[in-house]
Amino acid sequence: MADSQPEAPPSLYAAREPIFPRRVSGKFRNLKWVIMIVTLGVYYLTPWIRWDRGPNLPDQAVLVDLANRRFFFFWIEIWPHEFYFIAGLLIMAGLGLFLFTSALGRVWCGYACPQTVWTDLFILVERWVEGDRNARLRLHRQKKLDFRKARLRLTKWVLWFLIGLATGGAWVFYFTDAPTLLRDLVTLNAHPVAYTTMLVLTMTTFIFGGFAREQICIYACPWPRIQAAMMDEDTLTVGYREWRGEPRGKLKKGKLDANQGDCIDCMACVNVCPMGIDIRDGQQLECITCALCIDACDDVMAKIGKPRGLIDYLAASDETSERAGNEPRPVWRHIFRPRTIMYTTLWSLVGLGLVFALFIRPDVEMNVAPVRNPTFVTLSDGSIRNTYDVRLLNKHGDDRPFRITVAGDPALRVQLEGTPYESVTVPADSNYLQRVYVIAPPDSQPAEAERTEFRFWVEDTSNGERAYKDTIFNGRTN
Amino acid sequence: MSKKPELKKGDPETTGHSWDGIQEFNNPLPRWWLWTFYACIVWAIGYSIAYPAWPMVNKATAGVLGYSTRAEVAKDIAAVEARNAGINEQLASVELTQISADPELQGYAQNAGGAVFRTWCAQCHGSGAAGAKGYPNLLDDDWLWGGDIEAIHETISYGIRNETNPDARYSEMPAFGRDELLEDEQIEQVVNYVMSLSGTPNDPALVAEGEVVFMDNCASCHAEDGTGDRTQGAPNLTDAIWLYGGDYDALMETVHNARYGVMPEWQDRLSEAEIRAVASYVHGLGGGEATPE
Repeated sequence: MADSQPEAPPSLYAAREPIFPRRVSGKFRNLKWVIMIVTLGVYYLTPWIRWDRGPNLPDQAVLVDLANRRFFFFWIEIWPHEFYFIAGLLIMAGLGLFLFTSALGRVWCGYACPQTVWTDLFILVERWVEGDRNARLRLHRQKKLDFRKARLRLTKWVLWFLIGLATGGAWVFYFTDAPTLLRDLVTLNAHPVAYTTMLVLTMTTFIFGGFAREQICIYACPWPRIQAAMMDEDTLTVGYREWRGEPRGKLKKGKLDANQGDCIDCMACVNVCPMGIDIRDGQQLECITCALCIDACDDVMAKIGKPRGLIDYLAASDETSERAGNEPRPVWRHIFRPRTIMYTTLWSLVGLGLVFALFIRPDVEMNVAPVRNPTFVTLSDGSIRNTYDVRLLNKHGDDRPFRITVAGDPALRVQLEGTPYESVTVPADSNYLQRVYVIAPPDSQPAEAERTEFRFWVEDTSNGERAYKDTIFNGRTN
Repeated sequence: MSKKPELKKGDPETTGHSWDGIQEFNNPLPRWWLWTFYACIVWAIGYSIAYPAWPMVNKATAGVLGYSTRAEVAKDIAAVEARNAGINEQLASVELTQISADPELQGYAQNAGGAVFRTWCAQCHGSGAAGAKGYPNLLDDDWLWGGDIEAIHETISYGIRNETNPDARYSEMPAFGRDELLEDEQIEQVVNYVMSLSGTPNDPALVAEGEVVFMDNCASCHAEDGTGDRTQGAPNLTDAIWLYGGDYDALMETVHNARYGVMPEWQDRLSEAEIRAVASYVHGLGGGEATPE
């Protein structure tokens, strides 16, 4: 029911309020610098690590070879049919996020998310070029585009663009030999897909890090919504000790009034916030828990001689406890809980399972697809023949001779299409489809029976490695 | 019941609607969202002019770019044909027996031949090439007219008992019963003799007379020992494979009415490369024979 009418139609849109985060220093800022250096370092440098795998295989340590459907990771090589390793890693990533979210809230958003890391880097560049918060605010409010403003803006954008280019460039190096591709890129000989991918990633980095920034987190990312459902009353988030800070008020003659709280309303926490919010309003959707306001407030508390932690990592349950006069609880009490221990256990079990599966992987594999159109063929002498498409996998870096035999019924005889021998050569690091005939002589047990189980064996005759697959032989009564 | 929550100072307007006391803020959209929305409208107008879009009475508007999915398919097919032109030429000119010596050519012939087979041959011979009554099974090692790649190639090119091509293989079994060449009891005798050749249960009392009938009437094509003659397409009667059935009733019908299986020629419908590809495919199905030296 319409019980009130707005007097004037509201504006169709709200313009973004630009945010100019002030520089801050402290332990969480330092932690973020370290994480930025490590994550960006890993991202930019990984494609350049070399790893010798022999003459037939690429020597790039981490390579997603889409054309040949291979994934190389140092000593590990993943084939398409082993994609369950990736599925396992994704399950671990999921459980890992459950774990971190239930214990530490949006810690991923605050420290490790690429959007956060690159935005942080872009803001750093912005500060180098245009100065800190006040200088940037002045530049923003200056309407006239004079030479200085144009120079500063252009310098900043060029630097952002170069970072974007390096980002998009690093991405394509993961998919083909990095040194070759770099040479091709520079000499304009690379594949158009490489240039297109670089262009797209350069522009998304440039726009997301330079201009969209917190809007990606607020409007585009589903994660903040999902995470809210995973948090509980013991989850650590960044919070304001309202019971200690209020009523807030300015310092009077450099001193706090006896009736006022610890918050001197200096706005330090608001000025450093990359999301443009006031943490003192309570938990908010926009907060990525980057903890920069903690650093800013601790700095101020130290200056006015109050204990640190007016803004701090807090859980919802801390409020009732601390309001009742209890001491703040140590962080580890929030982290080590049955829920987080259960997530850790599950995460470790999946991880151990993957490591185990990795070590028992054979280098010789075989897949057998019985050809059932028709189910069997009668030969002129009355023998019964079944056909099987046998796919042989040679994961070695050299060509290998594979011998195919059958076991399970002495009457069954094996014959390979296109060759009189019982061995075929499977080329290095590839799979090979061989049509195999299995023949039962007239009146033999398998020829007359409806179904006979038997086993295909494949053996690498150069080193004796073997693999098998069980399958069925159809007789004439089938 | 429904108590209206207090609006705080600074809260945006509500939409004015209230559902069980729940109200909705009338927050403005982000500016970029609105711009994206307008851009989509502009894009849609341009798109509907450039591409087929508006349904008219008989068909939709064609769009100024003249795009059609049918033309895309034709372009793709032409591109594939252009890409395969070289290997098709090689396939059409190489010695038939040399196709399997070149792994690349062999692989191409097998795949292309499989596609041709499923398009043109599967209707009679089955998608798995197992045939049916009257349509030979191409998987086994029994061949009416020869199973080396050259014989297969000839059969596919010209057909069998195909009256439109004088090069087609031809033979005709007499209808011994219908045309009254043999008495009914002679047919019964010879059928029992033929069944004895392949070890099928039979009436031994009739076999001796049957042998006489066979030698007089059948041996000229099917050979004295019953192993047949490939130059005349006369099947081997001693083996386990029967095109029209090997039991008493089927053999009685065969001898009485004769059989006349026809296969069309393919050289007027398929290119030489396609015929060679499908010949190579059939030869590789498990029953292919080596070309005699």
